[in-house]
Amino acid sequence: MKKLNINKDYLITYGMVVAFYIIMQILQGTGNLSSLFKGLLVPLCVYTIMAVSLNLTVGILGELSLGHAGFMCVGAFSSAFFSMCMKDVISSSLLRFVIAIIISAIVAAFFGIIIGIPVLRLKGDYLAIVTLAFGEIIKNVINILYVGKDGNGLHISTKDSISLGLAEDGKVIINGAQGITGTPNDSTFTIGIILLLVTLFIVLNFMNSRSGRAVMAIRDNRIAAESVGINISKYKLMAFAISASLAGVAGALYAHNLSTLNAMPKNFGYNMSIMILVYVVLGGIGNIRGSIIAATVLTVLPELLRGFSDYRMLIYAIVLIAMMLFNASPKAVEWKEKHSIKRMIASKKQAKEVE
Amino acid sequence: MAMLDVTNLGISFGGLRAVDSFELHIKKGELYGLIGPNGAGKTTVFNMLTGVYKPTDGTIKLDDKNITGMKTTQINQEGIARTFQNIRLFKELSVLDNVKVGLHNGYQYSTITGIFRLPKYRKTEKLMNEKAMELLAVFDLDKEANLLASNLPYGKQRKLEIARALATNPKLLLLDEPAAGMNPNETKELMDTIQLIRDKFDMTILLIEHDMKLVSGICEKLTVLNFGQVLAQGETSEVLNNPEVIKAYLGE
Repeated sequence: MKKLNINKDYLITYGMVVAFYIIMQILQGTGNLSSLFKGLLVPLCVYTIMAVSLNLTVGILGELSLGHAGFMCVGAFSSAFFSMCMKDVISSSLLRFVIAIIISAIVAAFFGIIIGIPVLRLKGDYLAIVTLAFGEIIKNVINILYVGKDGNGLHISTKDSISLGLAEDGKVIINGAQGITGTPNDSTFTIGIILLLVTLFIVLNFMNSRSGRAVMAIRDNRIAAESVGINISKYKLMAFAISASLAGVAGALYAHNLSTLNAMPKNFGYNMSIMILVYVVLGGIGNIRGSIIAATVLTVLPELLRGFSDYRMLIYAIVLIAMMLFNASPKAVEWKEKHSIKRMIASKKQAKEVE
Repeated sequence: MAMLDVTNLGISFGGLRAVDSFELHIKKGELYGLIGPNGAGKTTVFNMLTGVYKPTDGTIKLDDKNITGMKTTQINQEGIARTFQNIRLFKELSVLDNVKVGLHNGYQYSTITGIFRLPKYRKTEKLMNEKAMELLAVFDLDKEANLLASNLPYGKQRKLEIARALATNPKLLLLDEPAAGMNPNETKELMDTIQLIRDKFDMTILLIEHDMKLVSGICEKLTVLNFGQVLAQGETSEVLNNPEVIKAYLGE
């Protein structure tokens, strides 16, 4: 009985994403989409994937992460680095991109585990502090990192590109603060939507499996979870690593959408992490579909409001406040429950049964 | 041969000797009561038995295996399950899922299997659902299986906690004040449930309780704890008539 409801709920979420994709494709095909909006489609996928993955940490695991952009940064640079190295070796751009995505997921998960092992053993908000630091550190490390490649292999320096001592055929791949230039633009809206669906598939199925239940049990009551024999550290680490690796995938998508990738406060800094957190909080902590909607609305909104020029950020703030009120006030919650899609489907079904 | 052998158990918090030279021997199938005035150290004993606190001295043996100082998770896997004085349910999970978390170690499949919904996932989940519903039916909770645990009335939350503990398939069940906050009718019902658990699951039960009607009604043996020390131990009727025990409870 309950299983059925959950699956239907998931189908609505998947359906929503697919419907959005189809609408956008139609708009694009008929030429009704402004070039500005077209440019927004891939970042939209990046931010929704980020929001869903952060919701796994914040909503399902119940820990606060303030450095999610750090994992995105790691994923972006590792995948872009791979693509740059393999540009001439692997000719199929799709194959190269798929491998790059897998690498970004693995590298980000690795960092997630390294951070998680010491921190997730502690009770309290330590994860927030450590991830906050991680996000800033990783950005600064990449800004001083110089990596080049020549016939002899890879050269790494933290000083400047000259001290790499590259041979004549050599090429600087990561050029310190200038980052990686010339990343192949492999990201498309279609790939973005597929990655979003994969992310949803992983997160939603995880939530509804034995491991996911264990994670949610830990969130709800750590002591009770221990008392029924659940390995706390293992499941916390697992959820956090999955969350980090999905953020890494978002990073890969982000990196292959730009020809120049550099670690700026704007794209991988603290503000970015907070922005993703805003999506999660506004969409409802633990509510995956809400995260997607909030991320979409808040990404598109500033662009739609461009016409208001100076008043743009003012209206943005008002919308944020309105969304908060709409999510929390009892009257609004009542209204939402009355008009929810789930309910509409259920009542339709009931009506059918009556017939 | 006793199932649970606790010898010379003691714990100090700084200078405070909370429990001292505590002895407890429970045979398989017994329904054993641990009573004592407030602050006597009963819950501390429970916390030591389940690994929440590490005893300063003494040993705890379950079926001749030394489990002293093991972690809570390990001790549960060795076969001790408990409930809590202040109810600790997984509030945002459904009643059914609460029990399924209890079944976590009994029914296994890997995370990958779960994410990709491989055949083993469906098979194991089906078995888990059946087992969980079976347990819920024992406690008359099967109709509420899809409710959130936090939406259950108080008495049923207590029952759900017991069901969740039983789901871990323990040898020994520890109940910490199961009747706390219950009205006489609910207490009566609870007494029947506890009897039923013992008969149906062939369970050994150790319970802490203040409700003397419940204690004298179902416990076969008692240990009385006062200021961290054993005051009296033995058959229920003997212990309850012990002048020392009456003095500890009612004063001079």
